[in-house]
Amino acid sequence: MDIRRRNNIQITGRPDGPTVVLAHGFGCDQNMWRLTVPALAEHYRVVLFDYVGSGGSDLSAWEETRYSVLSGYAQDVVDVCEELDLRHAVFVGHSVSAMAGVLAAHAAPERIGALVMVAPSPCYIDSDGYRGGFSAEDIDELLASLESNYLGWSATMAPVIMGNPERPELGEELTNSFCATDPDIARVFARTTFLTDSRDDLKTVTAPTLVLECAQDVIAPREVGAYVHAAIPGSTLVTLPATGHCPQLSAPEATNTAILDFLRSLR
Amino acid sequence: MTFPLGDAPEPSEAQDAASTDAAFTALLEDSVDDLYESAPCGYLSTLMDGTIAKINATLLGRLGLERRDVVGHQRFADLLTVGGKLYHETHFAPLLQMKGAISGIALEMKKADGGRIPVLVSSVVKHGGEGEPLLIRTTVFDACDRRAYEEELQRRKQEAERAHRQAEADRARLQEALAALQQSLLPASLPAVPGVETATYYHTAAPDRLGGDFYDLFALDGERWAFFLGDVCGKGPEAAAVTSLTRYTLRAAALHDPDPVTALTTLNTVLHERCTGGDPRYCTAIFGILTPDPETGRAAVEVASGGHPPALVIRADGGTDFLPTPGGLLVGALPEASFTSATTTLGPGDTLLLYTDGLTEARTGPDRAELYGDRALLDFVAGHAGASPQGMVEALTGLLESLGDGVDDDTALLAVGVPRTLASSRPATDHRR
Repeated sequence: MDIRRRNNIQITGRPDGPTVVLAHGFGCDQNMWRLTVPALAEHYRVVLFDYVGSGGSDLSAWEETRYSVLSGYAQDVVDVCEELDLRHAVFVGHSVSAMAGVLAAHAAPERIGALVMVAPSPCYIDSDGYRGGFSAEDIDELLASLESNYLGWSATMAPVIMGNPERPELGEELTNSFCATDPDIARVFARTTFLTDSRDDLKTVTAPTLVLECAQDVIAPREVGAYVHAAIPGSTLVTLPATGHCPQLSAPEATNTAILDFLRSLR
Repeated sequence: MTFPLGDAPEPSEAQDAASTDAAFTALLEDSVDDLYESAPCGYLSTLMDGTIAKINATLLGRLGLERRDVVGHQRFADLLTVGGKLYHETHFAPLLQMKGAISGIALEMKKADGGRIPVLVSSVVKHGGEGEPLLIRTTVFDACDRRAYEEELQRRKQEAERAHRQAEADRARLQEALAALQQSLLPASLPAVPGVETATYYHTAAPDRLGGDFYDLFALDGERWAFFLGDVCGKGPEAAAVTSLTRYTLRAAALHDPDPVTALTTLNTVLHERCTGGDPRYCTAIFGILTPDPETGRAAVEVASGGHPPALVIRADGGTDFLPTPGGLLVGALPEASFTSATTTLGPGDTLLLYTDGLTEARTGPDRAELYGDRALLDFVAGHAGASPQGMVEALTGLLESLGDGVDDDTALLAVGVPRTLASSRPATDHRR
């Protein structure tokens, strides 16, 4: 199995620098980090990849059973780390990827030395005494929303082309389609993302951890950021002056500063 | 504002121009503000963080919201259903950030009374003089009808897929039943005949149709074997029923009285009885008795034919000829039928070939306008004289394949021969496809 091709691994930045792995969340692909990469590239070796089923990954490698559980995505992270033989890398995960990183760090502690959790949520659905922000019905509505949009998109949106930072001429096409995924795959990813309760997994974290939350995020509200911070002893919580769920796009400077401060603190 | 209608307008034309001017002025009184507020679609502008800075009356009215509750207080995503909000955050916003514009996204908006409106949303980022993003302009189109249409389409698509799956399953079941029925019309394999080698070939012109050709070979007693090959008129289930009747009638008749003429006469009576009425069914057939002589290593053959192309005898030395059985009528067509028989003896290396007209009536030539014909067949098998029955059937199989779609009828072959050396009898070779 060619993991580099399967997960569309792209490596950039300073070759002899410490390695930072950037992992996208549900919805889009590694291009979510296009404003982050330039800030890290001077001092760090930056590894980008797409989860199988997203972006420029090999869709033929996608299996419903594997990617119906978060550990399937964590296995992608471990596979990428092993393929590149990473040691004590810093794993930066956005949204659901933050929790995939927690599982991966537990499975391969020698590979992942620190975690940056960007807008994380260990559980999106409200339950006794916990406020995730959503009801189960809300999540069903999202799935319906995905359906109705893919109905309109599937005919016109070509399969996602390869994301390749070295070939900027692909950029235009890429930005048109980087959020488009096969509807069946998107449905499974959405279910896994929003229906998984991985609160107990937060206890397993031993690596230095930075939690980045947005001041206003409908997907991961402030209560959730506080919950994650409290559940991981010794973690650092930074609230970004950002609105929405993608601070790396909406407030790139503040996001990059927070990540760089954390990376420097690790030395 | 003037409206140029010509270089030097006539008075009446000038009057027309004046009234057009007036209408146009009235039109212009539809101010830009009013056009914005009362446009037939929703408009809103937000800050880059989504906070609503401006929204038109059309959209406020559609949602049942008050301007003072919305402007400066709510973000665009707040107007969406929860599912829409999630979709907005995970897809819409990143795409808009990345591209600066996004169009035709299906979302649902919440009304003040709790209702929902399906909408199509397009947004574009307005940039300042320095290229810095200033605000997001969004248009909202009502998509109630479109959504209903899409749902109907999706429902129909699912129905069609279900029907398709059902049809495929039905078709597979039918194929299976046809294949089982077809197998019952032909022997699974031919019995070994001491001192004689046999080979067969069977091909139906259409894979999902029952063939009308048939053959069989079976032991009568320890010394004699009966064989037959024929062609029922027509195809499909009705022909298959007649084929079945024919096969078992000939088998029973041969066991009762192995004389070839008697066997065909019995078949004629049975078929004619059955098929009087609106559905005349008849067949052509050659029926024969094979008597190998262990002493001489030769095999005596007696055949009778009812309307069937004559058998071919291919001698080891290359001499090849038809074995004529003149005067034989179609079996089952008339109440009384007379058949004649012919005899021959097969020596080592000789082969008797029975065939159906699928072979001789195969279409050849550039326009598929000519028939392959008896003469061409005679020449072809003469060229393979001395071949074993298996070799002969293989050569003819190759010939049929080379004729391609020129073979538009079922084809059956039965070759019976005495091996050149009497080492042992060999099992029948079956070339079905």
